[in-house]
Amino acid sequence: MNEFMFFINNVLVAGSVSGSIYAIGAVGVTLVFSIMRFAHFAHADMMTFGAFMVLALTTAFPAAGAGFGMPTAVVMLPVAMALTALLAVGIDKAFYKPLRAHGVKPIVLVIGSLGVTLMLQGVIRLFAGTGGQNLYVDDRKEIFRMVLPLEGVRVPVVITEPQLYLFVLTLVSVVALHLFLNRSRLGKAMRAMSDNPELAQASGINTNTIVAVTWVIVGSLAAIAGTLLSLDVTFKPDLSFFLLLPIFAAAIVGGVGHPYGAIAGGFVVGFAETLAVFNWNVLLRPYRDSFPDWLELPSNLAFVGTEYKIVVPFFILVAILIWRPTGIFKGKVI
Amino acid sequence: MTAIIDVRHLNKAFGGMQVINDCSIHVEEGSITGMIGPNGAGKSTLFNLIAGALAPDSGQVLFNGEDITRLSPDQRFHKGLLRTFQIAHEFSHMSALENLMMVPPHQAGESLFNAWFKPARVREEETIVRRRALEVIDFVGLHHVRNELAGNLSGGQKKLLELGRTMMTDAKVVLLDEIAAGVNRTLLGDLVGNIERLNREMGYTFLVIEHDMEMIARLCDPVIVLAQGSVMVEGSIEEIQNNPAVIEAYFGAGAA
Repeated sequence: MNEFMFFINNVLVAGSVSGSIYAIGAVGVTLVFSIMRFAHFAHADMMTFGAFMVLALTTAFPAAGAGFGMPTAVVMLPVAMALTALLAVGIDKAFYKPLRAHGVKPIVLVIGSLGVTLMLQGVIRLFAGTGGQNLYVDDRKEIFRMVLPLEGVRVPVVITEPQLYLFVLTLVSVVALHLFLNRSRLGKAMRAMSDNPELAQASGINTNTIVAVTWVIVGSLAAIAGTLLSLDVTFKPDLSFFLLLPIFAAAIVGGVGHPYGAIAGGFVVGFAETLAVFNWNVLLRPYRDSFPDWLELPSNLAFVGTEYKIVVPFFILVAILIWRPTGIFKGKVI
Repeated sequence: MTAIIDVRHLNKAFGGMQVINDCSIHVEEGSITGMIGPNGAGKSTLFNLIAGALAPDSGQVLFNGEDITRLSPDQRFHKGLLRTFQIAHEFSHMSALENLMMVPPHQAGESLFNAWFKPARVREEETIVRRRALEVIDFVGLHHVRNELAGNLSGGQKKLLELGRTMMTDAKVVLLDEIAAGVNRTLLGDLVGNIERLNREMGYTFLVIEHDMEMIARLCDPVIVLAQGSVMVEGSIEEIQNNPAVIEAYFGAGAA
């Protein structure tokens, strides 16, 4: 049973954590694609920017959270979301809009977004330095250990405070996005534009407004994902950048342009990663005696070593592109 | 009668090709004006210039006396200038009814604030829009497929849906781009009937691009003949059909 608790901690909790972050990240990537039809590589650095804003605000007002009974970093998150949304709209106005106005091919926008990536990383390093910094400036990171009331169980299920916030905020974001896309007229207009931009315009939908709204949503989601990731570990200028591959893998697994698919894809990639690096020896060890003599369990029975975790999303990406290029759900529309 | 659409000296070139060449046309208010011309005459380009999907190199488009040359298609839509597409466009992942419900402008749900904080008002408006959409879908005879995904409708049904779309708002002018193409005779009869009713009962002005001469003859007066990017002749269908220059443009030199 204790081995099973180990499994819960290392696969269930860890997989849900990375799954949630990939899911929120992939929703952003997929929304940009469905409205503007290009792969937005600077998304990960928008996430970093959001976390950086939280870091800056938390450093400036370290005690602000006390009044709310929450960590200052979490209290600052809405402000950081607004700032990141502003940044996203600004970047679009400054870099992507002129390109669109010239009617360039999507690949030009993709290259443009790579430029934005480098620029954002540079700017963030300029102010935040290159090292890791804790987002919990004045607060203490709570760690919850729950020993399940089962016989013989000693190993607790460990969940940290930022992970709890992550689960709650992921759920809230997904529900809010769902309501927005399906209930509000603006959300429907977004779906319409993703379906047929020309007709959307001929139906009186202002496509500039839709693009701006998309960036506001994408920026806010990026700030949530980046901040919660940095809360869980530490803030580093290149932390989110290394998530670009799993996030794109998640978006493609779910069918690009399909937000619900992106959420599912995020969890598929997250759990695939944790299952692949999990040492199965732990679960099998108790049954050692019932194995034949010639079979000796190696001490590390993981599919891939932890240091090679990044190959998992890469493998998923290749596999999906070969066998199901449109993703699990069919892509290209909201 | 006054010109509701007044196109003045439009020019548009693609690369080295002068597709629209100092073209000026008028569409009288309340008319069903036809536009014909051989392939490559620039009909669709002129349409896109009037609807705002393309920007002209020079010249002006006036709508109700107002210069709309620089307005975007959605801004022109809100002034009452609507269009349909040569190849029927639809929101393929929404039902026929939802397609119509996308159209009406200025709903409460349009602001983020209302969508999240005033759901009751949004719902009330949606009920009104739904009622209107149901009326329209009955009018164009698509009641039986209203809950079908628009992507699954036949080509002719999509054209009827396009016409329905123009009825969801108070249109002044509707640009019909080859609405009869690919539509069977029975449906075509419905289409023509609907266009006539909209013109007579609701005062819509139509500008119609059409290859089907029978439909032009039945619906349109006057008819504009476009050739090489400018107006060749304009007049009633009889005048057009007996004009030697038109016959030559359509059938080649010597046919007259």
